[in-house]
Amino acid sequence: MSEDQEQGNSTRRYWLDDQKNVRKIIIALFIVCGLLFLADGFYEKHSHFGFENIFGFYAIYGFVMCVALVVAAKVMRIFLMRDEDYYDRDR
Amino acid sequence: MTVIGSINPGLILILGALPALLLPSVIRRVYILALPIVGFMLVHQLEPGTLVTMEAFGMTLEPLQVDRLSIVWGYIFNIAAFLGLLFAWHERDMLQQVSALVYAGAAIAAVFAGDLVTLFVFWELTGVSSVFLIWASRTPEAYRCGMRYLVIQVTSGVILLAGAIIWYADTGSIDFGHIGIDSIAGKLILVAFGIKCAFPLLHNWLQDAYPQATVTGTVILSAFTTKLAVYALARGFAGTEALIYIGATMTAFPIFYAVIENDLRRVLAYSLNNQLGFMVVGVGVGTELALNGTAAHAFSHILYKALLFMSMGAVLFRTGTCKGSELGGLYKSMPLTTGFCIIGAASISAFPLFSGFISKSMILTAVAEEHRWFIWGTLLFASAGVFHHSGIKIPYFAFFAHDSGRRVKEAPWHMLLAMGLTAFLCIFIGVYPTALYDILPYAVDYKPYTSYHVIQQLQLLMFSALAFTVLMLTRIYPPELRSTNLDTDWFYRIAGPFVVDRLVNGLAAIGNAVEATLTKVVVDTITVIRRHHGPEGFMAKTLHLSSMVFWVVAVLAFALILDFARGI
Repeated sequence: MSEDQEQGNSTRRYWLDDQKNVRKIIIALFIVCGLLFLADGFYEKHSHFGFENIFGFYAIYGFVMCVALVVAAKVMRIFLMRDEDYYDRDR
Repeated sequence: MTVIGSINPGLILILGALPALLLPSVIRRVYILALPIVGFMLVHQLEPGTLVTMEAFGMTLEPLQVDRLSIVWGYIFNIAAFLGLLFAWHERDMLQQVSALVYAGAAIAAVFAGDLVTLFVFWELTGVSSVFLIWASRTPEAYRCGMRYLVIQVTSGVILLAGAIIWYADTGSIDFGHIGIDSIAGKLILVAFGIKCAFPLLHNWLQDAYPQATVTGTVILSAFTTKLAVYALARGFAGTEALIYIGATMTAFPIFYAVIENDLRRVLAYSLNNQLGFMVVGVGVGTELALNGTAAHAFSHILYKALLFMSMGAVLFRTGTCKGSELGGLYKSMPLTTGFCIIGAASISAFPLFSGFISKSMILTAVAEEHRWFIWGTLLFASAGVFHHSGIKIPYFAFFAHDSGRRVKEAPWHMLLAMGLTAFLCIFIGVYPTALYDILPYAVDYKPYTSYHVIQQLQLLMFSALAFTVLMLTRIYPPELRSTNLDTDWFYRIAGPFVVDRLVNGLAAIGNAVEATLTKVVVDTITVIRRHHGPEGFMAKTLHLSSMVFWVVAVLAFALILDFARGI
């Protein structure tokens, strides 16, 4: 890639560079999630387990478990994280 | 049965690799791309039920055994070899080209092996040939990593051989059919398969080695070894209950690591491990639906995993790094790669209309039909988690997040073509699942696209995305940091050497003490002897002749005096 193109590339404003547009995406995600949650009342469930019939079970489960995953992983960092060259520094 | 129909298709790639050594570079690249196509056609005309036997060493070897299970793997392994080699089109390194061919061929040949001895031969060949894809990085780290990888792979083969020998002694047969874990032989063979399948605590060779391989090597590596192990489990251990628990642990355990890992290829290795867990659970359940699910998931998994490794490979190829902490904003300069990566991410996350959706759900449904709520809940957690760390984290930190300022060229055309074809297959299978369902081992009576399944899956995934967004906005999400996270390899890279070091040092200290004591005893003895008999010693003194005569006369005179005295 030539210098000019590089210059052009880095100065060009992209749609996502605008924080307003990022906000739009986040709002859209919230709306989609809200609709999907409400959709739980509008279809016939074919459950294998009783707890699947809780209103919005999949939504709640997905959210809660992901938060738990990240928090647990963050705690794991305290015990497991070492320097990048941990295995190589003696060499 | 025709002659062509009695050849193990894996041999096409293994033997075909030999002439490649003699061909000039340009022709060689076309030639090696053609081999998997020939291999694919050969698999296509194989008849299920074909069995080729030969007598050797008093045993009946079965170099070719065809059934509907092995054909699924035969197809996908050839497809993966073609796509991987196309991705590596720019590679002039003959070492990598030939080892990739032999490696893929060995995996295919192992899939069609009808007996344990043939399986062992190709099982070991996959390990020995694939290590060159790691060594081809030609760094000291890659060399040491390759050594660790090789030791573990060969160990797996040795355990398999031990199990096969005991199995032969017990049953008088080396036929590779259902084995089960009741016998010692069965347990040994399960451990051998488990090492290559990256069972929990036996897994770490995978996360250690795959990110050390070359840009193209990782793409090739990701397809074969572990899925060969899944195939071997499906053939030998279908319906083994322990596998359900092992598999469920595999789905959940690696994703915690994936969240905090910085090297994005290592993140993919962890999620590869997690996806294998679903297949292992399917094998453990062992019903027709579950085994179909395992085969289907292996098929779609190989494609989307290769696609994700290709996109990260392209990033590594262009930017020279694959670390989340150093990337970001690459969608501006690599828009097509970004798009393909997102397709791979959507597939692994099992979004409706993508391949993972129509295969993973078969396994979950099979588990639900067995009413195993805890296992099912674990798999559902892992499904949400895989979207979290693979589906979102990979594309987000590589291509979006904060702009790293890196401005590079888009990936080269052949990489884009390979990624494009793979992405097409991911979507094709997702949109038209019948194409895949038709080649599965058992007749499929399963409909993935029902309103409840689609809505529930979307709920799970979108709320998982919501969790990611909320955690990012609240800055709870752990940032990408340059770091190493301790895993089981700590035991053989730090603890093991430390213990051995201490042991050796301790023994050396004891040895030194013993040696010092003995030396002192010897030295003291010599000193004493030397004092009396040495040059200055009394016993070694040389005397004058006259004094000698004097003493002789004196002694004689003394004797004479005594004699006189007696006479008196």
